[in-house]
Amino acid sequence: MRDRPTTLPISFQDVAYVAGTTPILRDVTLSITSGPPTVLLGPNGSGKTTFLKLAMGLLTPVAGNIVYSEHRNVVRRRQAIVFQKPVMLRRTAARNVAFALKAAGREQDAPAIARLLGAVGLEALAERPARRLSAGEQQRLALARALARDPEVLFLDEPTASLDPAATKAVEEIVTCTAESGVKIVMSTHDLGQARRLAGDILFLAKGRVMEHGPAAAFFAEPATSEAKCFLAGGLVT
Amino acid sequence: MDGLTALELIWSGDANLFAVVGLSLFVTLSATIVASALGMPFGALVGLTRFPGRNVIIVLLNGCMGLPPVVIGLVVFLLLSRSGPLGSFGILFTPQAMIIAQAVLIAPIIAALTRQVIEDLWAEYRDELIAMDVGRTSRVATLLWDARFSLVTILLAGFGRAAAEVGAVMIVGGNIDGFTRVMTTTIALETSKGDLPLAIGLGLVLIAVILTINALAWAVRGWSERHAG
Repeated sequence: MRDRPTTLPISFQDVAYVAGTTPILRDVTLSITSGPPTVLLGPNGSGKTTFLKLAMGLLTPVAGNIVYSEHRNVVRRRQAIVFQKPVMLRRTAARNVAFALKAAGREQDAPAIARLLGAVGLEALAERPARRLSAGEQQRLALARALARDPEVLFLDEPTASLDPAATKAVEEIVTCTAESGVKIVMSTHDLGQARRLAGDILFLAKGRVMEHGPAAAFFAEPATSEAKCFLAGGLVT
Repeated sequence: MDGLTALELIWSGDANLFAVVGLSLFVTLSATIVASALGMPFGALVGLTRFPGRNVIIVLLNGCMGLPPVVIGLVVFLLLSRSGPLGSFGILFTPQAMIIAQAVLIAPIIAALTRQVIEDLWAEYRDELIAMDVGRTSRVATLLWDARFSLVTILLAGFGRAAAEVGAVMIVGGNIDGFTRVMTTTIALETSKGDLPLAIGLGLVLIAVILTINALAWAVRGWSERHAG
């Protein structure tokens, strides 16, 4: 069990976000607590990426508050995020991990780098330029960089969106292992099968609002809103 | 016939010709180093920060990329002439004056192109670096390092512009034989005198120097991209 100060729960209190003049999220009130992965579902433009960036602190809400660990202004150093298309720094895979370790203020020794690359199955590609890795390998390297921060909460923005089934399986195994080690996973996906495999609870967004938030089994068995029913049935939620 | 004589001059290692080549390389390389030391950090700063008047700075930088060398030569001449504000240094008609003129000519080019490269890279890296808690100084260092291949190309553009320039160094250097005579000014002078072999020989060397440096940079860039990504 982790005995260090926690950033969980992350509480959204009437949070709204507007890009230019376009409302992206509104009236979001919920708590992200420790436990199995929380999976964000919803159609394109529903606000999933914005939600993750707000939670990560990369965006500032135009209304409402996001409170970490029941204290405002907590230093949120134990969070990490993997973007849908992670940017690979122009250096080898090992040096990408070393960069993340240094940024997190951690030791950048060879065993630490090897352990992180091993955790994502990239130890054999340590000296390969990161930009020359395949999409799946880049996604795994991005996970290694995120894990270099020793996060308590790991945000994943559609981490398998452009991957083939084999690469998707590899990423899902890392996510499962990471969640089992006690890291809270909050991820978005369009893949309902993946959501069923990984989710402990579901956060369903549509039209910039949280339509449903609850246990995954209940959501898939009996969605409460017409939007969720339509989404699960493969209909177009506008 | 003139062409053959020119090749003979090169092949025989003509002292006069290679003295001119040596001075040209010294002046242009020095100017490129000075302009890079000033232009790259300034370009990176403008690319990464937001401040009142930033757009004006960008327009001015971009506009200065096309400044006529003779105008820059004239301005530097006025600054360095005995009655000018920097006349007390006494460096007019010296290689130092030529370095200053070439540096003033290419610094805006290097700054403007660096600004664009760094700004584009920052747009790509922004979320990732902030999410990793990378500090401000480290961000700049990371961007400069990751843009290194593009920055080398920018340096080459600056070097090429300086090496090919004639008007500014003619005005502030005075084209003094054995002291401030460089390849471009010598080519202009010898052509007007009708000494075509030396002019052609220098022209060939000038082209060869620029092609060699570009080829080397291209090779280094290719090697680096294969090994560093």
